[in-house]
Amino acid sequence: MAWAPTTDVSRWGWSMIEAIGLTKRYGAKTAVHNLSFQVRPGAVTGFLGPNGSGKSTTMRMILGLDQPTSGHVTIGGHPFRSLPNAPRQVGALLDAKAVHGGRSARNHLLSLAQLAGIPAARVDEVLGVVGLQDVARKRSKGFSLGMGQRLGIAAALLGDPQVLLFDEPVNGLDPEGILWVRNLMKMLASEGRTVFVSSHLMSEMALTADHLIVIGRGQLLSDMSVKDFISANSADFARVRVADGPAERREKLTASLTEAGGQVMSEPGGALRVTGLPLPRISDVAHEADVRLWELSPHQASLEEAYMRMTQGVVDYRSTADQKAGLQPPAAPHGYAQPGYEVPRQPETPQQNWYAPPPPGQNPYAAAPDRPAPAAPDLTKRETSEDPR
Amino acid sequence: MASVPAVLTSEWTKIRTVSSTVWTLISAFVVTVAMSAALCALMNSQFDDLPVAERATFDPTLISFSGMVLGQLAMVVFGVLVVGTEYSSGMIRTSLAAVPQRGSFLFSKVAVAGVLALVVGIATSFVSFFLGQALLGDHHTDIGADNVLRAVVGGGLYMGLIGIFSMGVATMLRSSMLSLGILMPFFFLVSQILSAVPGAKKVARYFPDQAGSKIMQVVPDAMNSDPAPYGPWGGLGILVAWVAAALIGGYVVLKKRDA
Repeated sequence: MAWAPTTDVSRWGWSMIEAIGLTKRYGAKTAVHNLSFQVRPGAVTGFLGPNGSGKSTTMRMILGLDQPTSGHVTIGGHPFRSLPNAPRQVGALLDAKAVHGGRSARNHLLSLAQLAGIPAARVDEVLGVVGLQDVARKRSKGFSLGMGQRLGIAAALLGDPQVLLFDEPVNGLDPEGILWVRNLMKMLASEGRTVFVSSHLMSEMALTADHLIVIGRGQLLSDMSVKDFISANSADFARVRVADGPAERREKLTASLTEAGGQVMSEPGGALRVTGLPLPRISDVAHEADVRLWELSPHQASLEEAYMRMTQGVVDYRSTADQKAGLQPPAAPHGYAQPGYEVPRQPETPQQNWYAPPPPGQNPYAAAPDRPAPAAPDLTKRETSEDPR
Repeated sequence: MASVPAVLTSEWTKIRTVSSTVWTLISAFVVTVAMSAALCALMNSQFDDLPVAERATFDPTLISFSGMVLGQLAMVVFGVLVVGTEYSSGMIRTSLAAVPQRGSFLFSKVAVAGVLALVVGIATSFVSFFLGQALLGDHHTDIGADNVLRAVVGGGLYMGLIGIFSMGVATMLRSSMLSLGILMPFFFLVSQILSAVPGAKKVARYFPDQAGSKIMQVVPDAMNSDPAPYGPWGGLGILVAWVAAALIGGYVVLKKRDA
């Protein structure tokens, strides 16, 4: 495997998460099917999948909360339920709102600390780390989602564990909080800990994770390093737009390009997406076919698109365009129909700009694996932007 | 493994840091004492109007616990909330991730909350008794009289056990709303009504509250009630059996079901 851990696996083997043939059925529905993977220490492992793909179920099975229908999952070779002093070895953030709203943040953490024999001073310490010290004695009922996430992260850090699991930790966090979580994950991994983070955002994982495990409908789709994922999935393509006119010009060009050895897909909006041919060759083919072009531009498919393609067939909850047909008067005009819209031959992602664009001059995906170790994050960062009052 | 003292400490922190603990237990105390006192005062003034049979079996001890019919409902709420809020808040997953030994988790929680319920129950029954006797005037009894101390202590045990029974039921049902929706009507209506219906009486006398409250009677068949096939301690034993069944049921559910 191309991915090499930063620390000797044999030394850290006892903090490795290992799932073998993990399967979970709820009645007729299979939430997780025959999932096998390893999460190694010393790296941030991203756990990606669409909503309802089984990420949280898998996390719960790792923590012994749900019993697998078949297969098993161990941490350092032990099932979670038989770990000696689990809170000191495994820290987890499962659900930010899994807190009794009437209890203060500090008392919530104190009750968890007492379970593992952790002194109360450590509670104040982690409250400082996540920036909640000013609201420590307030009821968590009034916390925003972002503050709830911080409280959950504090609970995970409490026992200074070797293995950390975070289920969607950046949900509801502000940009400053997202950056903080990102740096925190990397720092924890650089200390040799096992960090397993679930997310449904590829863009976020590309920036945070070293290794990716992608699942869809409870099945493993991909298990490789981010670097491999990028080289395997970030294919170049050219976008070709034919001058307005009869539709047969476009079909003619499509035929010519296919004949020349390219793959052509129609994009919504009338452009063509061409792979397998260099740009000058496309121009030549168009010239020979006597087709005028209005656009011929190089593009790189984003990792997000690669991920969307990968999970396309396994999305459980798919949104459709809101036709607002129920609101139309009976003799509705055909205003919403799109003449000339062609169904893409291969499913593509019509959405544009649905994730934050990378900072200027930097491709976040290309840069991710080779980025130098991050500077030590400011863990004493205080939260000032969110106040429950 | 999280040690049992550690889990007990943690559960004590949990229980003392939510306001529902305080207000449910205070309600149980205040409602029982106030309603018992009011009924004792009423009995004292209306004694001569009572039917002959009730005058013959007049039980001043039992009368001073009459507020428990309502007060026990607050105890039910306490028991249900102690367990139910773990489920409604999702805290149960955090708790069980920290204490994978589910038996230790459940029985530590029940031990802490149960002791608290018993202490409040005993305090309630003593205060209720002494205040009630003071208001009963000539008809009062004394703590030193035969079987009276047993009834007063038993009244406290009864309240505590009703609270623990509710914890077991809430663990089985895994929901505060569902548990309250079943227990409140049961204790307040179903049990009371069935115990008055001739055919259902024979079954209803084995219900937890009907059997358990027998311990509070000093005079046999007090207030002209129906004779029961069990004595005061036998009745409490039936309640204890209900509590044990509820806790075992709760343990099995917690052990088997996914959190």
